[in-house]
Amino acid sequence: MATTSLKQLSDMPELLSGGHAACPGCAGPIVIRQILLAAQQDDVYVVSSIATGCMEVSTTVYPNSAWRVPLVHNAFENSAATISGAEAAYRSLKRQGKIDKKVAFFAWGGDGGTYDIGLQSLSGALERGHNFTYVCYDNEAYMNTGIQRSGATPKGAFTTTAPAGKVSPGKGQTKKDLTAIVAAHGIPYVAQASPHRPRDLMKKVQKAVATEGPAFLNVLSPCPRGWRHPPEQTIEIAKLACETCVWQLFEIEDGKTTVNYKPKERKPVRDWLESQGRFRHLFAPRNEHLIEEIQADVDRKWERLLALEAMDKAQAD
Amino acid sequence: MAELLKKDQMKPGAIVEGGTMAKLNTGVWRTYVPMTDLEKCTNCLMCWIFCPDSAIKVSGGERHETDLQYCKGCGICAAECPVDAIEMKLESDVPPDDKKG
Repeated sequence: MATTSLKQLSDMPELLSGGHAACPGCAGPIVIRQILLAAQQDDVYVVSSIATGCMEVSTTVYPNSAWRVPLVHNAFENSAATISGAEAAYRSLKRQGKIDKKVAFFAWGGDGGTYDIGLQSLSGALERGHNFTYVCYDNEAYMNTGIQRSGATPKGAFTTTAPAGKVSPGKGQTKKDLTAIVAAHGIPYVAQASPHRPRDLMKKVQKAVATEGPAFLNVLSPCPRGWRHPPEQTIEIAKLACETCVWQLFEIEDGKTTVNYKPKERKPVRDWLESQGRFRHLFAPRNEHLIEEIQADVDRKWERLLALEAMDKAQAD
Repeated sequence: MAELLKKDQMKPGAIVEGGTMAKLNTGVWRTYVPMTDLEKCTNCLMCWIFCPDSAIKVSGGERHETDLQYCKGCGICAAECPVDAIEMKLESDVPPDDKKG
């Protein structure tokens, strides 16, 4: 039986070695470690592909690798297409009786490789129904090239290509709702998770691995460099994102939405914005109205999510 | 452990052995070093599950010392420890013999 007990997992092999080159306090390797621990159990082997991005450049520094599971890096835009091919080859080999191992296929991508550049290959793989899990570690900008805005960058955040100053108040557009786009493909399992709740994340990974067909996990991944927060606060910041409902923990199983975490008292978005330097300019008097806009946007999305959950529940009853 | 590869040792198809980065010493990045009081530790393993650098050694549900070859001194372990068993100290203030992780 797959477990999420830390005590039992402590005897598992470490599948992402130390010595990789991610920045101190980066949430990316935390996400990868938790997911690999949860996935590679009960004689299941992990085979994965990775899009170009922070985790690719930092864990596979030429000509070495920190991964102790097979990993293919192909290009920025085709992590999902690459794993589609591997999964199709596996099915063929299995049919021919040439392989009998149980394999869980994983495609990894950052928000750049998923929300923007890899969206078409992801959409294709989801539509074709390959049996794989796509993991997006969402750090909300192109971080490894120096913090350029992406479709995942939230409104008002500073990036080097959406600078904050007298003319521009940071990024002017809202964050793309990728999880909803993926859910619209009608795949069996879609979830959002955060590394500050490892057991919730690991349970979702195990559900994704057990799913026949495509599964998608969108995991928030705080970035001390790009979000401008001290490295030790990475987990705190992820927690705050969920307490303010800027990031929501939920899963959609066969079209039915379940919200996994509802804060007893929602903290104001202001707390979230104050915690990171990338939003500092929003507290200047000329930008204060943006904070209200962001709060209203978060409120609307949260209420919509709760309404979706209630509607799905009512339909099931 | 798999040996670290040199650039001219790359094989056709760019296939490399996994886990070779484990030979690298990212401990040299550190400014602050985590000093762990294992007597205080309750083995909740939160530091281990939150460590980005696979630097905390565990087995059988027990936490052992931090692997200072990998630890970059981010301080997440100290920030998340529920019993405050980990203290971040300026590396230069700690005599080499006292660095146990």
